[in-house]
Amino acid sequence: MQKKIIKLSIILLIIFIIGVFFIGLNKNSIYDTKNLVGQKITKIELEHFSDNRIITAGDLRKNNFTLINFWASWCGPCRAEHPILLKLNEEKNLELLGVNFKDKKNNALEFLKDLGDPYDDLARDELGKHSINFGIYGIPESILINKDLVIIKKFIGPISKNDYNYIKNIVRQ
Amino acid sequence: MKTKVIIFFIILNFNVVNAITFSVDSNKILKNLRCLICQGQSVADSNSEFAQTIKIVVKDQINDGKSEKEIYDFLIEKYGEWIVYKPPLNKVNFVLWIFPYLALISGGVIIFLFLKKRDNH
Repeated sequence: MQKKIIKLSIILLIIFIIGVFFIGLNKNSIYDTKNLVGQKITKIELEHFSDNRIITAGDLRKNNFTLINFWASWCGPCRAEHPILLKLNEEKNLELLGVNFKDKKNNALEFLKDLGDPYDDLARDELGKHSINFGIYGIPESILINKDLVIIKKFIGPISKNDYNYIKNIVRQ
Repeated sequence: MKTKVIIFFIILNFNVVNAITFSVDSNKILKNLRCLICQGQSVADSNSEFAQTIKIVVKDQINDGKSEKEIYDFLIEKYGEWIVYKPPLNKVNFVLWIFPYLALISGGVIIFLFLKKRDNH
C-alpha cells in the first residue's frame, strides 16, 4: 500500500512538472497589454498642448470613437505611422487625440508642420506621467476607445495598414 | 544665535529622516516592479524611458500618501500582474502560491512513510 502511495505521488509530481513546463514554454513571454481591452479608462486628465485647459473624460465622451495616439518628434516609428493617421483623420466617426510624449514643444510643432497635423485635439505629457494612466510603456502607442471610454483595441508600435483597415471598419459600423 | 542653530539642526534632521523614509519605501516598491521593455531588469535597476516614468509616478504616489498596496494595485490595473515580480494571491495563481506548501507536506508524508517502512523491517 505504502509503496503504491509513493509511486503514485512520484508519478503525479512528474506529471505536474511536465504540465508546468508545457504550459510555461507554450506561453508567449512577450509582454503586451491585450488584457486591457474591454477595460474602461477611468481617469483622463491631459494638459492641452497650446490652450491653458485640461482635456478630461467628459471631452472624449462627446466623440463616438476616439483614437488616442502617443507620439513624439524624436520617435522614428511615429514618422512611419503619420501618413496613416492623416488618412484616419478623414473618418467622420473618429476623433484623433494626439498626446505629445516627453517632447520639446518647438520640435513637436515643427514635426506637425513638416508632416501635417492629423489631430483633432492635441495634449502634452511632458514628463510621461499621465501616459501611465493609459498603460503606455513606449511610443508610438495608440488606443481606440468608444463613447463609454472602453478600450476597443490597443496598438503597440506604429499603426499598420491592417490596423488602419481594422479601425476604419469599427468606426464605420 | 543659539536658537537659530538649534532650529536649523531640527529642520535638517527632519528632512534627513523624511528622505530616508522615502528612499526605503520607494526602493522596495521599485525593486518589485518589472521593467516591461527591458530583459530581466527591475524598474529600480533600469534607466529606460519607461522605468524613469514609473519612478516619477511611484514617487508622486508616495508623496500623495498612497500605500504600497495602493501603488501596486494602480500599476496592476494599468499593466496587468506581469508588472510585479511578486504577484498578489488570486484564483489564477493559486497553485503557484500553494504548491511549495503542498510539496513540503507531500515530502514530509513520503519521508514519514519511508521511515515507518524501514522501522517495520
